[in-house]
Amino acid sequence: MKKIKALTGNGAASEIMRQVNPDVVAAYPITPSTQIMEDFSQYLADGKVDTELIRVESEHSAISACVGASHAGARVMTATSSAGLAFMWEVLGVAAGLRTPMVMNVVNRTLSSPINIHCDHSDSMGARDLGWIQIYSENANEVYINNLIAIKLAEKINLPVMICQDGFITSHCVEGVDILEDKDVKKFIGEFKPKYSLLKDNIAIGNLALPDYFYEIKMQNVIAMEKAKKEFLRIDKEVNKLLKHETGYFEEYKLKDAKVVIVALSSTCGTVKSVINELRKKGKKVGLLKLRLFRPFPKEELKRVLGNKKIIVMDRSVSLGSDAPLYIEIKNATESKDIYSIIYGLGGRNIYEKEIKYIFERALNNKLKKLEYVGVRK
Amino acid sequence: MKLKNAREIEEGTVLKEGTSKKNKTGNWKTFEPVVDFDKCIHCMKCVMYCPDICIFQKNGKRGKNDLSMCKGCGICAQVCPANAIKMVKRK
Repeated sequence: MKKIKALTGNGAASEIMRQVNPDVVAAYPITPSTQIMEDFSQYLADGKVDTELIRVESEHSAISACVGASHAGARVMTATSSAGLAFMWEVLGVAAGLRTPMVMNVVNRTLSSPINIHCDHSDSMGARDLGWIQIYSENANEVYINNLIAIKLAEKINLPVMICQDGFITSHCVEGVDILEDKDVKKFIGEFKPKYSLLKDNIAIGNLALPDYFYEIKMQNVIAMEKAKKEFLRIDKEVNKLLKHETGYFEEYKLKDAKVVIVALSSTCGTVKSVINELRKKGKKVGLLKLRLFRPFPKEELKRVLGNKKIIVMDRSVSLGSDAPLYIEIKNATESKDIYSIIYGLGGRNIYEKEIKYIFERALNNKLKKLEYVGVRK
Repeated sequence: MKLKNAREIEEGTVLKEGTSKKNKTGNWKTFEPVVDFDKCIHCMKCVMYCPDICIFQKNGKRGKNDLSMCKGCGICAQVCPANAIKMVKRK
């Protein structure tokens, strides 16, 4: 049984955290993810959860406490944004290397400087190579669904998972979100059974590994990522039985017969879909590929789908001194020459339908440049 | 010692108890001690000085070396009053 609740993206994240009732949550508030912790501490004060909420002095400590608690045998969740994620950097790698099964909601916000609280993907894109699974959510509904997937995925593969949503655009807008009953969530995720616990077993974790073993241990993470890719699909289908949604590594929106395709992440996809509907009425063959799973990257699957279409990759982040991250990934996966890079929306700059229409139309008329910065005063 | 591959190692750099017994560190050494028992006066100085407990005594007699943990530091050769221990390069 499901019901519909009016929730923001942050609200959806804290709702699932309440239903999961993790053993330990350690977090430090940062805009725009603050509401997740605000809601959650309210649930704790109201006696709706019996979590050990650790109020730490920084994000570095927050994630360190989470890693420690997880290896002591606790189910752990946390949330952060932007500079908070940047401050966690060192321990993000530790969490992945130690195979910590934790879930973190990342509400995407740009990195300083200049200081800015609004959305772009530069925070999570920077953390893409540290060994975390990354799932991007278009709306609050997907935040809820992706959290469900993440908890099971993390505990199955023993890897940490990041669920990303767009700061303010998703995190602060109220939507109707399909929510499962508390008991259904509990039944779905089951009991957390860690392989080891620092409190019960005579073990040491976080040991030194010199050149004779370090490479093999990194290789384990490579193998784990391959496994995670397969598991994601399986768990996604399981969740689909409870909550109907677009399953798979990516959502294909009017993609099959499309000649020009936009590839994008998160909330922008909603705007693109609206433009596609309009252009389709005029007979223009346009489509969207909304990527959900960014790490591990579904390389072969993307190549199969995007094949010989004209591809426009929209990045809400910039790699200073090189091409944008999503563009590089898609270009590498498809080995396409008919591929174009769009950079937009940095620091929360809005992207409008007219701009997406302009991109599509230029592409249809073969006028699009290889790299365009949309919405900036040059 | 055969090194384990990526699929054989415990995930997450977990080490179970008692690794110091299993992990023989004797292959680090360049020189190893060789005892001339004709010269040995069984003073037990080397037994007490050895930092890696590689030399044992039984009933007041110095026993053979157990070199599985010996790093080749040469302290035994240095303290031996009878010059009975020589450090020899390993082959």
